[in-house]
Amino acid sequence: MNEPLIFERGAPGRRGAALPEDDLPRDVGGPEIEPALCRRGLAGLPELSELEVVRHFTRLSQWNFSIATNFYPLGSCTMKYNPIINEWAARLAGNTQIHPLWPDVLTQGALALLFELEGMLAAVSGMDAVTLTPAAGAQGEFVGIKMIRALHECSGDPRETVLIPASAHGTNPASSALCGYRVVEVPTGDDGLLHLDDVRPLLDRGVAAIMITNPNTLGLFEREIREIAAAVHGAGGLVYIDGANLNALAGVSRPGDMGADVLHINLHKTFSTPHGGGGPGAGPVCVKKILEPFLPLPRVVPGDGGFRLVDEAPLSIGRVRTFQGNYGILVRAYTFMLGLGGDGITRMTERAVLNANYLRRRLEGGLEIAFPEPCLHECVFSDQSFAATGVKTLDVAKRLLDYGMHAPTIYFPLVVSGALMIEPTETESRETLDGFADVLGRILEEARSDPERVKTAPHSTRVRRLDETRAARKPVLRWRPAVPAGDGTALREPAPSPGES
Amino acid sequence: MEFPEDLKYTREHEWVSVEGKVATIGITDHAQHQLGDVVFVELPAVGDRLEKADAFGVVESTKAVSDIYAPVSGEVVEVNDDLPDNPELINEDPYGDGWIVKVTLGDPTDLDDLLSADEYRAYVEESAAE
Amino acid sequence: MDFTPHTDADVQAMLAAIGVERIADLFRQIPEGLRLASGLDIPPGLSEPDLRARVAALASRNRSETLSFLGAGAYPHFIPAAVDALASRSEFATAYTPYQPEVSQGTLQAIFEFQSISSILLGTELANASMYDGASAAAEAVLMALRIRGAKARGRVLVARSLHPSVRATIATYADRLEGVSLVEVGYDAQGRIALEEGTPGSASDGQGEAGEVLCVVVGYPNFFGVVEDLPRIVAWARARGALVVTSTLEPLALGLLTPPGALDVDIATAEGQGLGLPMSYGGPGVGLLGARERFLRSLPGRLVGETVDVEGKRGFVLTLSTREQHIRRERATSNICTNHSLCALAVTVYVSLLGPEGLADLARLNARKARYAVAQLGGAGLSERFGGPYFNECVLRGPDVVARWDRLVRRGIVAGLPLGRFYPELDDCLLVCATDVHRRADIDRLATAWRSAGTA
Repeated sequence: MNEPLIFERGAPGRRGAALPEDDLPRDVGGPEIEPALCRRGLAGLPELSELEVVRHFTRLSQWNFSIATNFYPLGSCTMKYNPIINEWAARLAGNTQIHPLWPDVLTQGALALLFELEGMLAAVSGMDAVTLTPAAGAQGEFVGIKMIRALHECSGDPRETVLIPASAHGTNPASSALCGYRVVEVPTGDDGLLHLDDVRPLLDRGVAAIMITNPNTLGLFEREIREIAAAVHGAGGLVYIDGANLNALAGVSRPGDMGADVLHINLHKTFSTPHGGGGPGAGPVCVKKILEPFLPLPRVVPGDGGFRLVDEAPLSIGRVRTFQGNYGILVRAYTFMLGLGGDGITRMTERAVLNANYLRRRLEGGLEIAFPEPCLHECVFSDQSFAATGVKTLDVAKRLLDYGMHAPTIYFPLVVSGALMIEPTETESRETLDGFADVLGRILEEARSDPERVKTAPHSTRVRRLDETRAARKPVLRWRPAVPAGDGTALREPAPSPGES
Repeated sequence: MEFPEDLKYTREHEWVSVEGKVATIGITDHAQHQLGDVVFVELPAVGDRLEKADAFGVVESTKAVSDIYAPVSGEVVEVNDDLPDNPELINEDPYGDGWIVKVTLGDPTDLDDLLSADEYRAYVEESAAE
Repeated sequence: MDFTPHTDADVQAMLAAIGVERIADLFRQIPEGLRLASGLDIPPGLSEPDLRARVAALASRNRSETLSFLGAGAYPHFIPAAVDALASRSEFATAYTPYQPEVSQGTLQAIFEFQSISSILLGTELANASMYDGASAAAEAVLMALRIRGAKARGRVLVARSLHPSVRATIATYADRLEGVSLVEVGYDAQGRIALEEGTPGSASDGQGEAGEVLCVVVGYPNFFGVVEDLPRIVAWARARGALVVTSTLEPLALGLLTPPGALDVDIATAEGQGLGLPMSYGGPGVGLLGARERFLRSLPGRLVGETVDVEGKRGFVLTLSTREQHIRRERATSNICTNHSLCALAVTVYVSLLGPEGLADLARLNARKARYAVAQLGGAGLSERFGGPYFNECVLRGPDVVARWDRLVRRGIVAGLPLGRFYPELDDCLLVCATDVHRRADIDRLATAWRSAGTA
């Protein structure tokens, strides 16, 4: 069944929404807006009835995989169940119908929620203070590195470089560059871990910080983290921990105890807020006391029997958002954490690690594990067990789609050949894990007996493999209004250039 | 994989051919193969000065981005105007129609430390084995 | 609450399959000194009824029934029921980023539609798949403008004082470190518009010409005062100096009435999308719109969805031009942004689809009328317009005892607007008042009456 673009549906003059009544007197006075600043129309916007809109988006939704319908063993993404109770909480009128700039006396519930959430995140991370404003992990990284920079500048020495392992997520170097730092790559050992002996030679008075993901992107716990942190501190640098893999640690181990000065947490990973097809998420940042003065604005501060939102702090790095953060997402994470409680959070982590280790056992027969050490909440396999068939990791990923399962994270980390990074999370049942292992076994068998079938997968999805080269060479990034030709057939022509009407 | 004998090569996978005072530069068959389908090329302007070993342009595929480094110093006298609309030329004919820039060769000794076809081939095979 | 499915039997069987005795054995690779001896300092979990009671109790301490005339970057508007019903479908909400496009055509087509709608609203040739919010979109737009000018760009970025304070602050956080580039605040005139004339105090031309060329000018449209900036004049001024123009529209409904920035030759247009189908939700999540000229494509931050075909020639959509982004370029990326606010962008798309061009224009006109009615009524209560410039649905009013009266009204359950003294000390006798389609005539009359009588309290 085909579903055209929304612009290709409907008819001129059709409208889907009935507007609020205009109950004002006809003449309300007031200034005219200059004609040059008044729009001459919104040509091109869709004109549909409500039913047409409902059908269009309902149909589109049916073309998606989602956690609600499919298993997503995506390493480092922590695609766990997004509880429906969170959605209920976020939609309470008390949470949606409140303005961010209202006087604090009108939003004490929201401020209390934010304060309590900060407390829970501080407890999980073992840190002293939290900001909930960053919109995502990447923005959290930017805020964290910016604070590090601010601290160094306060001491009169901004420093120049940030040490980052080669296996790190791309946002790490991008965030550092955004803060004006040069990136120095730290080699990973043959065992997949960071070693003090590899870090020490890189430590000089120019190093502002080291960014470490723990467990790292191979799913392995960085055993030497305390020693490395101590060495970096000894050289006057700070330690940033990327909390993307917190689902392996929450309730069992705390980054604050590992020497972290600052870390970000991805609420849309560890704390169950929905991915939404790409966002919104939230990336709170937790810091030790030493960085607290630099936290972005605004801050939630207790006092006078309630809470206040404070938007002045002399050393703060300033604002990164229009308002205080993705409140609707924070409500979801709060609801999740409150519902689980301390015991539930520990159980969450234990079962995430249990599931990953069980799945690893089931898969090890057919796939080659990248590093022999026990894994935590995710494990990484290479393409070595099937490379000889000519089938690539990408092909295996695409064939999984035919079986109704989303592919794992592939080709990351870059240090593993044809990497498949698999993270089941704690909300999947044993049957689902067995099912995935069986399917993967079947695909590996196909790779040997009928490789073409795998190489040309997927076969049964809504669309098959898409021409990404064409999309990049001749980008078509929007629909353009059609201009009817003289004989009534509609032609596609480019939208009028700016300056024309 | 092609390694034309009459060209010189760099370890960053560029090739150079010299005719009189003009050096033509492009990227090798190995490079285009590694990159995949080229979707975009960032070219310098005619008149720009290239310094040996500095990056002077960018080649992009759908999944990777690569700087292009100058094997020799010189002033750009021509850029391949076909590339913006037809970046696939780099994939289809990396040593011919997929050439990238032509520069006036400032110092012929710049060519001395470049690799011969055999040396480059050996280098590529050695790197693949690692 | 517990969302894990494991029974004791499951756990035992799985441990046996792995070959360990206890779950604790799975954490052996964590050094003992780093393993928590006791549990977290967080109270135990709750049953669903208890959880609901706790969350509802907190929500009830937010006075959502307050009659509020506050805009300033977050706007209360009527939202058709179908918007949330469609955007909250779990197939959209719980989907991952569309990296496997074959199973993500719902999300991808919806974002392509959003990019198209965004381009039309902003009047630009292209728009990206969205940013976090209006402020970060504006900050990224400034970084983009500087990239377009080139790595060796040196000079000044002029930021209007009449631009939302949080947007100015965010631009400063993102752009204050750049070598050779300084952010300069430019004041406003009696109209409430950016002062680009010679000699106006704080104007762009008051003797600062020697401080370096102007690289970029950033203005609100409408600005924080609700005033519609004279964009054609600003663009002409900037062009004469070779500068790029960036706009920030935090009340997106204004784009239903005003000429879009792209049509006035603005280089990069940004906006906050919350006012088009998202509840205020205490400030987030919202969605940032960013549009620009086609020739700036490669400098664009954020995700992009493009149209293509599959191996059978069927139309489909994919994330494209990813080589601009962090996961490939790493430290040379155009930005570090790794997400878009996809689900919020979807809500905007649904909302705009329901209203259509006529509906959007009518709703915008209604908003403008509501604001003018409010200004007239409040005029009768002692508040006069501070600026002469035309406004959309917000206006700055000036009068006696503004802060004291506003305070008294809050106690009576009315937020009359935003007293500006906190953000603009020179405007400490002023109030920013917003009236939208959610305000009935009776609500506005009540506001005026209350304001009048608040002086005698």
